[in-house]
Amino acid sequence: MSDDLIKPEELISRLDYATPKTGWMDTPAVIRPGMYCYSANPKSVEYVGMPHPRKWNPMEDDWLLPENWKDIVLKGLKDRLERFRSLRIFMDICVRCGACADKCHFFLGSGDPKNMPVLRAELLRSVYRNEFTKAGKLLGKMVGARKLTVSVLKEWWYYYFQCTQCRRCSVFCPYGIDTAEVTLLTRELLNELGLNIDWIATPVANCYRTGNHLGIQPHAFKDMLDFFVDDIEEITGINMAPNYNKKGADILFITPSGDVFADPGTYTCMGYLMLFHFLKEKYGLDVTWSTYASEGGNFGSFTSHEMMKRLNAKMYAEAKRLGVKWILGGECGHMWRVIHQYMDTMNGPADFLETPVSPITGTVFSNAKSTKMVHISEFTADLIKHGKLDLDPSRNDHLRVTFHDSCNPSRGMGMFEEPRYVIRSVCRNFFEMPANTIREKTFCCGSGSGLNAGENMELRMIGGFPRANAVRHVHEKYGVNMLSCICAVDRAAFPALMEYWVPEVEVTGVTEMVGNALILPGEIKRTTDLRGEPLPGMEDEDAE
Amino acid sequence: MNVNYVVSLLAVIALILIAFIGSALPGGQALFGIWIPYAAVLVFFCAFCQRILEWARCPVPFRITSTCGQQKSLDWIPHDRFENPTTKFEVVVRMLLEVFTFRSLFRNTRASLKGNGKLVYNLEKWLWLGAIAFHYAFLVVLLRHLRFFLEPVPGAIVALENLDGFLQVGLPGVMLSGFVLLAAVTYLFLRRILNPQVRYISLASDYFPLFLIFAIAASGIIMRYVAKMDVVGVKEFTMSLVSLHPAIPAAGLSSFFYVHLFLVSMLLAYFPFSKLMHVGGVFLSPTRNLTGNSRAVRHVNPWNYPVEVHTYEEYEEEFREKMMEAGLPVEKE
Repeated sequence: MSDDLIKPEELISRLDYATPKTGWMDTPAVIRPGMYCYSANPKSVEYVGMPHPRKWNPMEDDWLLPENWKDIVLKGLKDRLERFRSLRIFMDICVRCGACADKCHFFLGSGDPKNMPVLRAELLRSVYRNEFTKAGKLLGKMVGARKLTVSVLKEWWYYYFQCTQCRRCSVFCPYGIDTAEVTLLTRELLNELGLNIDWIATPVANCYRTGNHLGIQPHAFKDMLDFFVDDIEEITGINMAPNYNKKGADILFITPSGDVFADPGTYTCMGYLMLFHFLKEKYGLDVTWSTYASEGGNFGSFTSHEMMKRLNAKMYAEAKRLGVKWILGGECGHMWRVIHQYMDTMNGPADFLETPVSPITGTVFSNAKSTKMVHISEFTADLIKHGKLDLDPSRNDHLRVTFHDSCNPSRGMGMFEEPRYVIRSVCRNFFEMPANTIREKTFCCGSGSGLNAGENMELRMIGGFPRANAVRHVHEKYGVNMLSCICAVDRAAFPALMEYWVPEVEVTGVTEMVGNALILPGEIKRTTDLRGEPLPGMEDEDAE
Repeated sequence: MNVNYVVSLLAVIALILIAFIGSALPGGQALFGIWIPYAAVLVFFCAFCQRILEWARCPVPFRITSTCGQQKSLDWIPHDRFENPTTKFEVVVRMLLEVFTFRSLFRNTRASLKGNGKLVYNLEKWLWLGAIAFHYAFLVVLLRHLRFFLEPVPGAIVALENLDGFLQVGLPGVMLSGFVLLAAVTYLFLRRILNPQVRYISLASDYFPLFLIFAIAASGIIMRYVAKMDVVGVKEFTMSLVSLHPAIPAAGLSSFFYVHLFLVSMLLAYFPFSKLMHVGGVFLSPTRNLTGNSRAVRHVNPWNYPVEVHTYEEYEEEFREKMMEAGLPVEKE
């Protein structure tokens, strides 16, 4: 973490939630380093054929906008108002009751009123009123209407890339106004002007080309997994051979590539490998990985609906090519939002797949009978419930665990109990964070929706403050030392957040803990967990 | 002083004066008693329906609900049926809870930052209480007014009046709803100007309806308890409006009545063009009125269109050699 990052105490002490003297329409956005992500690399924009690729700098006055930028935006807005009832309703019915105001993690961490969901939406709504409503045309500012100017556009860019689309505000809104949709659609408009951020645009291009957002090519992807296979053999004495691109396998497994690449997601990835090996040995279940569809995450969903669809298409295409029965999805947040709410509609019907049935327990996943895709936590919980896994939870006794409900599986699916059941089955020290900060009221990691870059670290620490605050609470109260989650962005974002706010707490995926507890047939006596840390009671063995 | 509420207040005062003076001018009684109310009702119905149709005609491309409870998945995990509905019936219950009990607003919390740098979230039910009081009082007042438009007065309305006037004090008997409405509007206004965040987001179009409704309630209360209107004369007049044979009573009507009627007309005419349309919108909000079973039942997007994708063939074409070297299966050797 860089030295010039503001200290946590300073960040808290400057928080006063005061409103500026000038009204929000008369307070132009001041784009500040640390609070924004670098602009998109034109090569990435060009690679996927998005419009207006160019080098531009948010800190400079001139953003090199196309001459007819205003027409593009207004035409784009009109088009979306006609295609999305949600947008139209959300533009029309907000009463500004303010119930959402202090529900946003970015507002709680920054005190900036434009981070109140209501005001974030008003940034767009004001232009909508001016262009598309009678009252706005007639009464202007009195009814909250304003003209679209370059300054307004910059404000959009700044604040719609300070929203992680976590949807917490929508839970509290009496009309269910979903800021995530407003953000997504405004980002679409910005993308029509080539105004993406690089942390989204380049992963999108990589995903499109190589199948995963890090741009790992097929041979390297296999190498990386084989590296984990070696690690697992060292710890358990078991050698395993994962399937790649295997035709005729029972199940295609897709997870975010972040878990293949960076700690601590890598340990979760090892957990998957061990689970599939166990199921293969004991029950003959054949799971394959794919290098083509090697990304569950969908940075297209932070760009536009069309880009989301283009990237997501690989899942069904690969399942069809390989001839598997159904698809199993790993631990990921926005990947699951896309699968749950968009995939079947966009790229279905997946009539070449079967209704998912666990061949081991016979459970029919009728909740996924159309999408044909099951979540690893649903799958694992079912296995454990039926006593199909051999588990030794004492191997997680060194962990005092709390669980972070990732935004998308929570407010985009309602998956609360499955991961908790898995955690309670594989570890014996589990503690919940306060009720107002979990389940549907969970707080975002502060880095979702493509904001997990390095240059916007201050923004990430601000956005993650409420989550970290709750973690600190259980750390102090119960000695929690491990924050578990079912999201790869969480696993990438939380280590920095914890280091900043609660340095004593580490981050894990749920399946990593499954891997620790899972007793593989024929394994040697384990002395360390998947991270190479000595297991409880084994601390001295190294020394001997 | 805040220009947004000053302007709104002035606008409402102006409306009151217009009605007060206008109704006293020659021909004013017919204009303010008959033609403006008719026009307002017409505008309200036409524009309200147009607005709803506009929304309803707009497609719902994806089924994106806010899931506020456990999904329906494995049999042994209790499904939170009304916070995460999967059937139409469950959706209806969710919507009823939302519309009649303001379920989401009831969840409201207030965050505060403590001295030790800890964020604390307390239950905050005042907004919910104010909103419930406001809407139900308004509803009761509206229903009570049906007395003026129906002959004979239905038993249900009489029963409601009895309930509303259960205190049995004063003559004429005090109806609670009017005073609750006035108090609730006052609370909502004070909250708007006293809470810095809410004040910051408030527009003139947020204050205007509050002042307007306050003035409507106040003029009604004055007529009932202070000016002691000739109720029989008013009813004769309102029935003439309903029967489309409008006639101003020979004895005339008080200025308070014209003010009251004019403000109500303005509220009706303003309604469809304002945020008050949340009344209709809440029923159409896709995050609340859809089932959350998009993995079990395919949702069809009417404008779904084919997109350019990077096919496996193109992928293999680019990486075939590397794949073969790494021992990965390929389609074409």
